[in-house]
Amino acid sequence: MSVAGHSPPPFFKRGPAPLARLAFFLALAVLLMVADLRFKTLEPARVAVATLLWPLQKAVMLPVEGAGEAGTYLSDLVRLKQENEELRRRQLAQANLLLRQTHLENENRRLRALLDMGDRLDVPTRAAEILYAARDPFSRRIIIDRGLTHDIEAGQPVIDDVGVIGQVTRVFPLTSEVTLLTDKNQSIPVQVARNGQRAILAGAGGGVLEIKFLPANADVQPGDTLVTSGLDGVYLPGLPVARVTSIDRDNSFSFARIECAPLAGVERQGQVLVLGRRSVPPMPEDAPEQAKKSAKGKKARLAK
Amino acid sequence: MIQPTHSSRRILLPARAWFIYFSLLAAFVLNLTPLGRVPGIPDWLALVLCFWCIHQPLKVGMAAGFFFGLATDVANAGVMGQHAFAYVLLAFAAGGLSRRVLWFPLAQQALHVLPLLLGTQLVMLAIRLATGAEFPGLLYFLSSFVAALLWHPLNYVLLLPQYQPVERDDNRPI
Repeated sequence: MSVAGHSPPPFFKRGPAPLARLAFFLALAVLLMVADLRFKTLEPARVAVATLLWPLQKAVMLPVEGAGEAGTYLSDLVRLKQENEELRRRQLAQANLLLRQTHLENENRRLRALLDMGDRLDVPTRAAEILYAARDPFSRRIIIDRGLTHDIEAGQPVIDDVGVIGQVTRVFPLTSEVTLLTDKNQSIPVQVARNGQRAILAGAGGGVLEIKFLPANADVQPGDTLVTSGLDGVYLPGLPVARVTSIDRDNSFSFARIECAPLAGVERQGQVLVLGRRSVPPMPEDAPEQAKKSAKGKKARLAK
Repeated sequence: MIQPTHSSRRILLPARAWFIYFSLLAAFVLNLTPLGRVPGIPDWLALVLCFWCIHQPLKVGMAAGFFFGLATDVANAGVMGQHAFAYVLLAFAAGGLSRRVLWFPLAQQALHVLPLLLGTQLVMLAIRLATGAEFPGLLYFLSSFVAALLWHPLNYVLLLPQYQPVERDDNRPI
């Protein structure tokens, strides 16, 4: 009721004080951070919004892709010729192995049957293309062009023509996010190809990998190739992962500091292969007996 | 030389809300461009948000910062709330400085904006390092310097609609 002008003019109506608003929004942001990092409750919301944003993202990507294609257009013929020659040379070099592969596989299966070992598992694969590196500068992730609609699941390993590059960590309907081996929060069980020494390889930041928790006198040498050990039930055993570049055996620490360089083109663009999930054989059946025993023990204790 | 500052005599038209939000949205879309890991790409959204918080502190503020920050977090697949936190702080600081900054010429305005943008990046860095991410290298901060250099052209681009006279008059000097 502004009969005699008692209410202030709208110019002065500015809502709550800035500091109060700041506190409110900061608290809300912290709440979101905790919900996301600690409880991982925001994944469905993220997938939904990312799906809505996908057409927009695709539209923004078009000019960038176009510029890239225009850049390579002129140099394409020369590059293709070189690549073709390189591929032919590589094929010839590998022909010896490839031609005998089927024979060796059959032989291996027969020998394994003779020794009464389980069959080596084979998994389905799916080719995918790297779309772009994720914009988050604090982690090392890439986005590939296969997603839920192509039966990709979180946890599947991703390889290129040389070795392992990472693991699918988040799946959207049309794309999925691959965390590279060089990410600080990514680790992979490996063994030294030379002697079978098992270890865990983790990203160390700056595109370097590091073997963790190996004693200072472990038998690892610079130049050793590391392959997946397959102990985790995720990666197939024997996939090349990295090469040891330097070892620092300082006796004042209980573990050696072993730095490795990834073999695959972890930070490059191109085609990759998403390996299907391995089905791991079930655990042996001696566990229930122990469980029964402990249950009995508990009952006995309760009866007392 | 006509400059869009308080010290010049130029009278601007009132800013339209739809243009403000359109420019913020355009900056958000620009941020989505997949350029990979090239250092020095400015954070367009932070820059445009800072601009409007300084020029129109009554129309754009912490709420806009929060919601656009949240959208960035979702699109970036980083930590939820990281950009929202930093942008709210940026909007608060820019709104607080708004009465002072516009009295300076554009180059000195850019010097005011630079610490705001660097502070935003520092806040995000602190959040991510505290949650166990790796340090992205000092080149990470290059984008703030590039953004501060863009402050001068950005002023003319974003104030262009406010330069247009309401009715055309060929005899008038502006």
